Amino acid sequence: MSPPVVCCDRVCVDIDASCILSNITLDVPAGEFVAILGSNGSGKTTLMRAILGLVPITSGEIELFGTPLPRFRSWDRVAYVPQRLHSAGAVPVSVHEVVGASLISPRRRLPRRGDRRTVRDALARVGLEDRRKDRFDTLSGGQQRRVMIAAALAKGSDLYVLDEPTAGVDAESQEHLARTFAHLRDQGRTTLLVTHELGSFASLATRIVVLGSPRGESSRVLYDGPPPVPEHLAENVWHHSEDVVIRPDEGGLLHRDVAP
Amino acid sequence: MNLLSYDFMQRALIAAALIGIIAPLIGVFLVQRRLALLGDGMGHVALTGVGLAFLTGLAPVPTALVVAALGALILELVRARSRTAGDLALALVFYGGIAAGVLLTSLASGKGTTALNQYLFGSLSTVATEDVLWLVAASVLVLVILALFGREFFAMTLDPDVAHVQGIRTTRLGILLTVLAAVTVVIGMRTVGLLLVSAIMIVPVAAAQQLAGSFRATAVGGVILGLVCSVSGLATSFAIDVPPGPTIVLLALAAFVLAALIAIPLRRRRQRHPHLVDDASHVHDPADQHDTGHRDA
Repeated sequence: MSPPVVCCDRVCVDIDASCILSNITLDVPAGEFVAILGSNGSGKTTLMRAILGLVPITSGEIELFGTPLPRFRSWDRVAYVPQRLHSAGAVPVSVHEVVGASLISPRRRLPRRGDRRTVRDALARVGLEDRRKDRFDTLSGGQQRRVMIAAALAKGSDLYVLDEPTAGVDAESQEHLARTFAHLRDQGRTTLLVTHELGSFASLATRIVVLGSPRGESSRVLYDGPPPVPEHLAENVWHHSEDVVIRPDEGGLLHRDVAP
Repeated sequence: MNLLSYDFMQRALIAAALIGIIAPLIGVFLVQRRLALLGDGMGHVALTGVGLAFLTGLAPVPTALVVAALGALILELVRARSRTAGDLALALVFYGGIAAGVLLTSLASGKGTTALNQYLFGSLSTVATEDVLWLVAASVLVLVILALFGREFFAMTLDPDVAHVQGIRTTRLGILLTVLAAVTVVIGMRTVGLLLVSAIMIVPVAAAQQLAGSFRATAVGGVILGLVCSVSGLATSFAIDVPPGPTIVLLALAAFVLAALIAIPLRRRRQRHPHLVDDASHVHDPADQHDTGHRDA
């Protein structure tokens, strides 16, 4: 029996001396598609960042593929898709370079034969191979998201961690991405999705985790089980959540409202 | 060419060519990391090294190399601890650097403002034979490190969080990049001068990125512009007897203005034919696709 892909054991995270997450315990076995839901400030992004080692945990333990996070080195098994690229708009980068960057690691300092092929194949899987030579910043928000997902696909990992992958992506592209991830799930790959809006990924989730702080204390797991979100928690997930408005002619994130 | 008949000009040209090549290669990563002014600060810190060399009689280039590299190290360690403290640390280290540099220089007997000016704005006649050796060695070091870590630098500057999840040690690489910037500043100290050396790291890159469609093209274009501007700037400064630093930088700025003007119609065309609508019509059915993801061995 192989160890769980992600294992959080009584994880607490403090940021600036205030407790954001308390006692989060979560096991994710291989092949699951887990959606972590919660309203803004529910700590779902913090939990995701803690699992990736981007935020230090105050107490508890996180293991990836059975190895405690501080000793974890098999980063080729994990792919992370952020909401947007940190450097977007600084120096021009081509779509090919964004996807190719995911193949760089201390174990692969120099380019290898076949990298170009891998990048093309990954872009084909999100339907953007013809934009390979274009500047990344000339793409719409939704297309940029698809390119970042292609970067994760090129890496060919066992665990995919996605931060709001559907925000700003039109319905048709969402459907396409959902099919890609259904395919990965069928191959036994694991996906961890952080979102407040499941969109086309709703049918994929094998498990729902709802985070929240019902009485204003630090966040904890309110629900952990099969979909759908239980009736009495629906408000925790959807209420106060940002309503992302997409104008079809731009496909990008335009403005955010508080949902009624 | 009569300008090559002078030994000091040969040495100055070598020094100018080195900085013209190296500076944009480091600068492109600094711009991507939104640390375009870092080189400027490292120049201030290197000035302390120059002052120290004046006072102690040590060779200026290696002394400035050591002091600037140490300053870079301290700065990155503070920045790694806290972002807000990092911003302040940046300012403190920079002011401290220039103040200590000027103070040490005035303490050193026999070194007046002329000597200081040569380091601040570059000079044609001060590149000694021994300096050329130091500059070549430092440049080779920077190029070797870039050949080894350049791709990791790219991934880190593109998105440090994603790079972390690729196993890239972003804090260490960030320190390495800042130290490389400090070394680059010292390479340019003799010809461009410490106050303007940052410009030759940034301006050719800024010019190239007006027209380039990729990071690689920006880097290559930046190096070509950097090399052309530094060598032709040096020749101009020899011909009309002005300091080389300002001449080189003004040439680079002229190149930037030219590139920006050429880029205007290109940008208009891009706006007229925007690929802004998400076009999912040519999306392939995943059933046709097989898993082509490769995993690291």
